[in-house]
Amino acid sequence: MTAIEKLATALIWTIASLAVIFLMAPLVITVAVSFGDSTVFSLPPPGWSLRWYERLPNTRGLAASLWTSVQIAALSTLLALILGTLCAIALVRGTFPGREAITTFLISPLMLPGLVVGIAMLQGFRAFGLRDTWTSLLVAHVVITMPYVVRTVLAALSLFDFTLIEAARTLGCSYLQAIRKVLVPALAPAFLTSGMFAFLASMDNYPISIFFTDAWTKTLPIQMLQLVEERPDPMIAAVSTLLILLAVLAMIIGDRLVGLKRLADF
Amino acid sequence: MMRWLPRDRMLWLAAPALLYLAFFYAMPLVYLLGRSVIGPNGPTLSLFAGFFADDYNWRVIGNTLRIALLVTLVSLIIGYPVALALARARGMAQVLLLTAIILPLSVGVVVKAFAWQIVLRRDGAIAKLLVATGIWDEPQRLLFTEPGLVIGAANVFLPFMILPIYSVVKLIDPRLSEAGATLGASPFYRFRKIILPLTMPGLISGMAFVFSMSVSMFVIPSLLMGDRFQTLATLTGRSFLLMRNEALGSATAVVLLVLAVSIVVGSTILSRRIGRTA
Repeated sequence: MTAIEKLATALIWTIASLAVIFLMAPLVITVAVSFGDSTVFSLPPPGWSLRWYERLPNTRGLAASLWTSVQIAALSTLLALILGTLCAIALVRGTFPGREAITTFLISPLMLPGLVVGIAMLQGFRAFGLRDTWTSLLVAHVVITMPYVVRTVLAALSLFDFTLIEAARTLGCSYLQAIRKVLVPALAPAFLTSGMFAFLASMDNYPISIFFTDAWTKTLPIQMLQLVEERPDPMIAAVSTLLILLAVLAMIIGDRLVGLKRLADF
Repeated sequence: MMRWLPRDRMLWLAAPALLYLAFFYAMPLVYLLGRSVIGPNGPTLSLFAGFFADDYNWRVIGNTLRIALLVTLVSLIIGYPVALALARARGMAQVLLLTAIILPLSVGVVVKAFAWQIVLRRDGAIAKLLVATGIWDEPQRLLFTEPGLVIGAANVFLPFMILPIYSVVKLIDPRLSEAGATLGASPFYRFRKIILPLTMPGLISGMAFVFSMSVSMFVIPSLLMGDRFQTLATLTGRSFLLMRNEALGSATAVVLLVLAVSIVVGSTILSRRIGRTA
């Protein structure tokens, strides 16, 4: 290696190490603040305590918003998995025209400004006569979660050898048995990972959910931002830490199922 | 494969998802666009004529584009070397880098923006660090300033710069660069003539991702900038949620939508053209 190459390599690794610190900083700081015993955000905290976690159950609206978020995230992920998987199978196996355009259309909710999509849905749903907040939230969140499912299941299906289904048929399986015994197990990791990340995306969504909120129905991010604006104290960090824990859990499961490198596929 | 569902009729399997999205996603967007150009007396552009006639709105557009450009630039400067490092990393280094990139992606933006609110305060970590290293004489507040917003947003969007670049860097055959070296090309020449052109598609899509997300971000500027500073997205949100000014909100929403779609379409065309010539 020449001197310039050595210098470039050293520079790349220095930037990469600093980037790791930069990327992890918000998460580490949130966790540290949540276990502090001070009401201000001093770092490192003067002492450690669980007082912010003890206050969580008594914070008005927090438990209700968490429950709403979990319900909406679980149901929308389930619906997205069904609709998205059927659609992905059609896109991989079908020979009809416009498959590429359809894929772009299915992924597009991820690329458009969430706020604009939210406003459009608010006005559109009103025009259709859909006024119930909870139902509107669910309907809207299926649109947010579907791209995650379609993207991952499409990738998994393109690696799947469909002649295996023929083989199962030849060996005496009925068509539905062949699907259940061959296709479903092969797709299971894709279902689980895409389902997890779709669930998290729904749990975290702010810009669309904000338009489908009323005094009784609020999702967790909406409630959290409201608390931040009303009285920013380390209790928010305690809620955040629990959400970070959820993300860590999802990543560990994803790593076991498909590996970190596959999770990084873009 | 299926006797009851031939491959040219597979569209039926896609129909439920397509109808769902057409009804609950595409139609509302078309309705929003339609309402913005149709007045009580037929088609009109008066909503936009009014919007663009106001100097304040031009300042808002300027804020939006300036911040998005800065965030994209910062993410690019950090993200490109990180993507190169990730492609070379093995073992623990690879796990560490991948974790630092993927984990923040599954943590919500409210959580991260709140963390930056803590970090950017006058008594926050960055101010302490800069005073300790002697760069600043006394602690300053970065919260509610443009540099603070750029740092926070670049932090949230950085993975979307790294991953697309990484996805093309890892495909590059290392022998290409070695062959260049054997033939006497300098490291700089090899980077400019081999690595850079081959990573261009990833570079473009990463920049397009970060730029369009920065243009549309709402939670981050709300928490890190406050009300005095408006971007197209925060103004859109405010006019619907606080001011109840649907005319202004529809105008900003449509401008934002057109901006975001042209970034996506433009970058796709650009990377295809480069892919052909490379």
